[in-house]
Amino acid sequence: MPEIINLKLVELVDKIKKREISSKEVTTAYVERSKKSKKLNTYITEDFENALKKADNFDKNPDYEKKLPGIPIAVKDLFCTKNLRTTAGSKILSNFIPTYESTVTENLWNEGGILLGKLNCDEFAMGSSNETSFFGNVQNPVEKNLVPGGSSGGSSSALAAKLTPVTIGTDTGGSIRQPASFTGTVGLKPTYGSCSRYGIVAFASSLDQAGPMTNDVKDCSLLFDVMSSYDQKDSTSVNFKKNNYLKELTNSIKGKKIGIPKEYRVDGMSKEIENLWQKGIEVIKEGGAEIINISLPNTKYALPAYYIVAPAEASSNLARYDGVKYGFRSKGKNLIDMYEKTRSEGFGNEVKRRIMIGTYVLSSGYYDAYYLKAQKVRKLIKNDFDEAYKKVDAILTPSTPSSAFKIGEKTNDPVSMYLNDIFTVPINLAGLPAISIPAGLDSNGYPLGLQIIGKSFDEQNIFNIAYSMEQQINFKNEIKDWWI
Amino acid sequence: MGIDLKTVKHISKLSRISLVDEKAKKLEADLNSIFAFIEKLNEVNTEKILPLTSISEGKLQLRTDEIKSNNIREQILKNSPEENKDFFVVPKVVE
Repeated sequence: MPEIINLKLVELVDKIKKREISSKEVTTAYVERSKKSKKLNTYITEDFENALKKADNFDKNPDYEKKLPGIPIAVKDLFCTKNLRTTAGSKILSNFIPTYESTVTENLWNEGGILLGKLNCDEFAMGSSNETSFFGNVQNPVEKNLVPGGSSGGSSSALAAKLTPVTIGTDTGGSIRQPASFTGTVGLKPTYGSCSRYGIVAFASSLDQAGPMTNDVKDCSLLFDVMSSYDQKDSTSVNFKKNNYLKELTNSIKGKKIGIPKEYRVDGMSKEIENLWQKGIEVIKEGGAEIINISLPNTKYALPAYYIVAPAEASSNLARYDGVKYGFRSKGKNLIDMYEKTRSEGFGNEVKRRIMIGTYVLSSGYYDAYYLKAQKVRKLIKNDFDEAYKKVDAILTPSTPSSAFKIGEKTNDPVSMYLNDIFTVPINLAGLPAISIPAGLDSNGYPLGLQIIGKSFDEQNIFNIAYSMEQQINFKNEIKDWWI
Repeated sequence: MGIDLKTVKHISKLSRISLVDEKAKKLEADLNSIFAFIEKLNEVNTEKILPLTSISEGKLQLRTDEIKSNNIREQILKNSPEENKDFFVVPKVVE
């Protein structure tokens, strides 16, 4: 039998169900490996002792009907976990112990999953490189001093380094797909409304969506099945018709129409990315699907619109951090002074920058010029997709404009950092589902991803296309354990 | 349109984030480069376009407001920065 850590989620579930391995064996394997991973800095909070106890309990009293029977999982530290510190990568929440559990994590535990610990991320999920976390940079296991992407950088790094068999992240403008692309893993940003936002530390509520991060498409389809649910506790949750995504997974995509949007061929796009995209097109053709050239004319306005909408919602969501009821507090001369010092010392630079952008675009006299304008542009972007979907079933693009960059390379220039999300942001604005799958390596040997965008609640279709492509591309992530 | 130092300080006041002068200067530069990028939106004709305020097409779901978690008062107060058994403590507001 291959080593436990080399098994995929679906294989682990199968072996546990067949009693070939125990939850304790699986959990021990991941705990032992995680303990040696300090150099990667993926964990903010470890919960290893409890995980081992829960695994023991599962083995003593097993329920093999569960979808994740005794499977250990580390999760992004943006999901509130009852009685276990939840920081959102921020100093201001560095001592916050939730009294409730997020719906998405609750769904994992209800199906037999076991929490391993909380994974590092950009502060309040604001970042594309995991460099804004109060708890420090995360290393990409692909190579030393390379960013793992962000904001779900601890998640992508932990997954690629095999510290957890699967993980979950959140994606507001690319925070699952970009780190997946940077680490040679699979990441899905589901349709807005399919995974509950209840108990997830809020960034931009009309864009935030939780999703699975896994080693392959099969695992992704299973984890999405477990995570997603209609939830009364989230007013934007949708009671949609779920498939049995794993069971219905097929690599037959004959007759499917796949759109290639010309606007994604951006100025200065590297040859490597262009070639990767072309390779994706060939692979799709070989799979029997039809390629159709399409236009999404407002694509170039997506990022500027995003940098109004997201900070505006963030400035409102983060108004709650005032140092009164929970979190970090700084001493002040009076109440206002206490608020101002608390927020100044408790938030990092990127978060403060975004709160201030948001405050400005919502402030008196500027609301129409910025916020309202951005929401209108958002409508145009959504209309573009609606038009395209009259002709095609899904859309293929690169996931990111480049591979992973070095730690520190882009920290001084916010706009160049924001440009990382150029291919992922439009999807959040339109509320659509999109998956990133690994598709090749660049000349440095760093992974590159392709993105498949689907129609709302059509996750099954993008899983199928991704599955077909995955089999033909046959990507192998050969990451060395330099960090042990 | 440029954002000057005075505006930066005004926004910091509205945001309840205190700002030292040195940081305000850096922020002024950052915000100007970000807004230069955002201004691109002015090219788009949005006349007659209705703003997209929500992705969900249906009505927002409502539910009854019921208490579901009991006896968590102590736990909640434990998260308070200045621990107290009965109240949240803030600096003196009324002299």
